[in-house]
Amino acid sequence: MNESTGQGAKRTYYDAADLGKFGEIAEGAPDLARKFFDWYGAVFAEGALTAREKSLIALAVSHAVQCPYCIDAYSTDALEKGSNVDQMTEAVHVAAAIRGGASLVHGVQMRNHVHALGM
Amino acid sequence: MGRILATLQKRGAELSDADAQRALLASVPLPRSFEAALGSSGLFPLRPTTLDILQVNVGRRCNQTCKHCHVDAGPDRSEVMPRDVMEAVLAFLTRHRVGRLDITGGAPELHPDFRELVVRGAAAGAHVMHRCNLTAILLPNYADIPALLAAHRVEVIASLPYFQARETDAQRGAGVFDESIEGLRRLNALGYGRGTGLELNLVANPVGTFLPGDQASLETMWKRELKQRFDLDFDHLFTITNMPISRFLEFIDERGRTVDYMTRLANAYNPVAAASVMCRNTLSVGYDGRLYDCDFNQMLEMPLADGAPRTIFDASLAALQARDIAVGPHCFGCTAGAGSSCGGAVA
Repeated sequence: MNESTGQGAKRTYYDAADLGKFGEIAEGAPDLARKFFDWYGAVFAEGALTAREKSLIALAVSHAVQCPYCIDAYSTDALEKGSNVDQMTEAVHVAAAIRGGASLVHGVQMRNHVHALGM
Repeated sequence: MGRILATLQKRGAELSDADAQRALLASVPLPRSFEAALGSSGLFPLRPTTLDILQVNVGRRCNQTCKHCHVDAGPDRSEVMPRDVMEAVLAFLTRHRVGRLDITGGAPELHPDFRELVVRGAAAGAHVMHRCNLTAILLPNYADIPALLAAHRVEVIASLPYFQARETDAQRGAGVFDESIEGLRRLNALGYGRGTGLELNLVANPVGTFLPGDQASLETMWKRELKQRFDLDFDHLFTITNMPISRFLEFIDERGRTVDYMTRLANAYNPVAAASVMCRNTLSVGYDGRLYDCDFNQMLEMPLADGAPRTIFDASLAALQARDIAVGPHCFGCTAGAGSSCGGAVA
């Protein structure tokens, strides 16, 4: 396979090993990366919410934004923080409910438009 | 999911052989060796501090076959510590006034002289610790043991990886969770974990190939859940990392996760944890009287360094304290994150 052109069967857009290279993003803009990673660490520290609650939120958001790296990372993180698969599945349902609800509630806009156009 | 599985030894599995385990671990490409990691922290060669704990593995017999067991213990194992070794252990304990006698196995209760070891260890002035799987004490022939432990103020360190059945049984065997809850009820009824001075600590190994979370946070959760669900109490939760040895090594290797797991451990090296690893204040005795730096080295058949005493029969404290501690890639398991020891996180 030609790695540069991606011709061949093995080329994929996502590679699990790339998660481990996340820190390399600093090579392009080190000051911005430092600020991001400092802020990121502070966000997930124990606070008004527990680290376990934040981990479950992160897991749900990972599904909402459909980030495979985040799903891998926060599935592991949630287990390490003591969550179980029932709690994690319910968190994903919350994400799915908001995504589905966000589509459905736009139906009101559709209906408003239909009513505006109709007789 | 069966209650009892055949041990690696019974199955004649390749990884029942300690040489094969060490070779597999040595073949894993890591960012750096454990020796180099210690060196970066100014800790190589690793040296003992003071000998506080004599950890005695009285045998490999167990009534359970947990999937993560680094001992490869089970009902089909027959190794038990003979009398002469036990006498030498007690003599060493008395002679050197070692503060803690940590009795492990297998299920230590299944040793025919377990009761005597407890009584004489306590009489020697040691703080006796019993590593309990919570189900052996329910067996009719061993149901007297909790009262004996209480009478001699023995600290009970009991395994419970999660506060519900699915996770616990996945690691320890079908039905183990319900029996463990009954075991905890009996210990609580004797005053264990209920502020009477009888100490009951729980051990939680991750149910899978991930690292333990923050020990204090998990302890809070375990206490809340066990109280709400079962009205059970305990003193402390110890988080222990699953060590890539024996059955857990086979578990990760069969799933192709050995490199990932070892890399995760190595990348999580914590110099603070490394300075407090348990091998620095512990001496491990095998059922046959051989000496090791820890129970993990014991299962990998890594003896004390050349020049150090090899058995409890010829052990002198001065020679032991002069040794370098034997290390290998598996040691990253004790230095990852907040660290891991038989007493839980160390950093």
